[in-house]
Amino acid sequence: MTEIPGLSPGEERLRIGTTEAGMHTIPSVGPADPRSAPDSSGLAEESRGQLATVVWRFIHSPMAITGLAIFAFLAISSLLVGAFWHYSYTAITNTLNAPPSWSHPMGTNAIGGDLFAQVMHGTLQDIEIALTVAVVATSLGTLIGATAGFYRGKTDTLLMRFVDLILVIPVLAILIVLANKVSKESSDWFYLALIIGLVSWTYVARLVRADFLSLRERDFVEASRALGATNRRIIVRHMLPNAFGPIIVNATITVALSIVLESTLSFLGLGIQPPNVSLGLLVDQGQDSATTEWWLFVFPVIFLVILILSIFFIGDGLREALDPRKSRVRA
Amino acid sequence: MLGYIMRRIAVSIVVLFLATILVFILVAESGNPLAILRANPHIPRATILAREKLLHLNDPLWQRYWIWFSHAIRGDFGTTIAGLPVEPQLISHLLVTLRMVILATLISIVLAIAVGVYAALRQGHLADHTATVTNFLFLAAPTFVIGLLLKEFVAIPLDEHANTTIFYTSGDQSPTLTGSFIQRVPDYAAHTALPVITLILVTYSSWAIYQRASILETLNSDHVRLARSKGLAPRRVLLRHILRNALIPVTTVIALDFAAILGGAIVTEIVFGWQGLGQWYLQGVTTLDTNITLAYLLVTATFVILFNLLADIIYAYLDPRIRYD
Repeated sequence: MTEIPGLSPGEERLRIGTTEAGMHTIPSVGPADPRSAPDSSGLAEESRGQLATVVWRFIHSPMAITGLAIFAFLAISSLLVGAFWHYSYTAITNTLNAPPSWSHPMGTNAIGGDLFAQVMHGTLQDIEIALTVAVVATSLGTLIGATAGFYRGKTDTLLMRFVDLILVIPVLAILIVLANKVSKESSDWFYLALIIGLVSWTYVARLVRADFLSLRERDFVEASRALGATNRRIIVRHMLPNAFGPIIVNATITVALSIVLESTLSFLGLGIQPPNVSLGLLVDQGQDSATTEWWLFVFPVIFLVILILSIFFIGDGLREALDPRKSRVRA
Repeated sequence: MLGYIMRRIAVSIVVLFLATILVFILVAESGNPLAILRANPHIPRATILAREKLLHLNDPLWQRYWIWFSHAIRGDFGTTIAGLPVEPQLISHLLVTLRMVILATLISIVLAIAVGVYAALRQGHLADHTATVTNFLFLAAPTFVIGLLLKEFVAIPLDEHANTTIFYTSGDQSPTLTGSFIQRVPDYAAHTALPVITLILVTYSSWAIYQRASILETLNSDHVRLARSKGLAPRRVLLRHILRNALIPVTTVIALDFAAILGGAIVTEIVFGWQGLGQWYLQGVTTLDTNITLAYLLVTATFVILFNLLADIIYAYLDPRIRYD
């Protein structure tokens, strides 16, 4: 109940009595909830558009907004550090294995590289890869899932067989084979992002397919078909917007999971190759000196975990905000 | 039910063999496994040519695949690039990995259900928030990070403090281990503890989050309210009416995740220096050894398929509406 903004006391009671009764385990937000004060009239909620409702719920979830703030901070500061910090991530200084100090906030490594510059570049690199993966996986997955769910038939069978395959072989095992091949051809991070995208689309595809299988039987689809709409128009204008919520939530989770996959590959030596750095590679390089030159290990680990965690928080906040069951205005 | 299981196995096997073709091409196309030997001026050219002939490296790809396939289907996985038979290696690595994976899976299931149920029943309280934040933290931390943290900041300080080895951080058993099975158990345990804990922490978290959501959903359903209003004992409502229903979606998630556990095992084995399947596989891929790679794929996939069948059976028990015909 805490997620429903702008309810007047009477409405809230009504809601408990009718739609979501039995939520006694959830501490009900009383009429005195300060958050409902600014626009306590139910009409304001009613008149708000769907998008505005989602945004409203998102920014009023402490976890989601913390996640977004941290992610934005990491992204912007890694860009700024890359542009203005007086050491580049490839720079080699004369200070070897120095603990954190004013000139090197995260210390230096065994050959004199500035860890601050490296960690920030690694963060940026991870974000770049993760966003690329999310775009590739989400568009591919949506395309395949929508085609399979709408047209059924051969596409559907083929998709489900491929999903079967991903289900019986560990994704990491497939990725190791692909990365081993790709790392021999090119050290560009873009190819790494592509292959992670190639193994990450199946979940989105299954999701969109399931949504489309039920959507295609709905009245509004039939109505637009009766009005002479083409298949393409039905898919793009009528069905996709209805499946948008789960897709965007999943895209966010894909961002987080692709950082996990990328850093794991880099840790295994099959991902980002030196002199380029990613957080996973830095953890790998720092692991042997974790107890002596602790900064080489601790800083990359902290940044890696916080980066992934912030994205999970954003994803969870989006999921809550987009959940139609939490919506008062019927979608 | 039997028909359904048979159909599923058949489909999985077909899909699996298609996968082996793909992986075979990818690995075989990645380069020449004898490149290191070729680069060594002390090895006579004739030796290398003989090895190439032995490994069929100059035959067309489809022919090489057929050689593997026709043997594998009869249970013969061939030899490694180094010329040793694959099967004994496969079995010894498999036993090491299974020890870790089975323990970790079982404990993860129990832990996830316990944490998920407890958090859901205490929704909004401190315990719930603590559990949720902890779950997300373990969800966000990659396997190698958890493994390394446990190794460097828990096991090593603890061992130094106690001045004896409580946790081994490297290897799956002591190299000098002898004695009967009972005598070897303490050594196994000291080696197995950390990798298993690592694998549990990365595995249980998402299940616990899911279990919590699933319980919350069930708590709000009509049949639970009915059960309560009939005056049933809370314990009975929890076990028979809530848990049984809430376990249905979780069973699916656990079954789907089993392949991911085996993936996590690859990383865990690298971190803790275990001579397991994952380590062997990674070595097989990087040395471009198709026989090792494909043997790994077949064996892990078989276990995933078996595990999924088990989940299907449990599923049918939990939800009597499900009929597999």
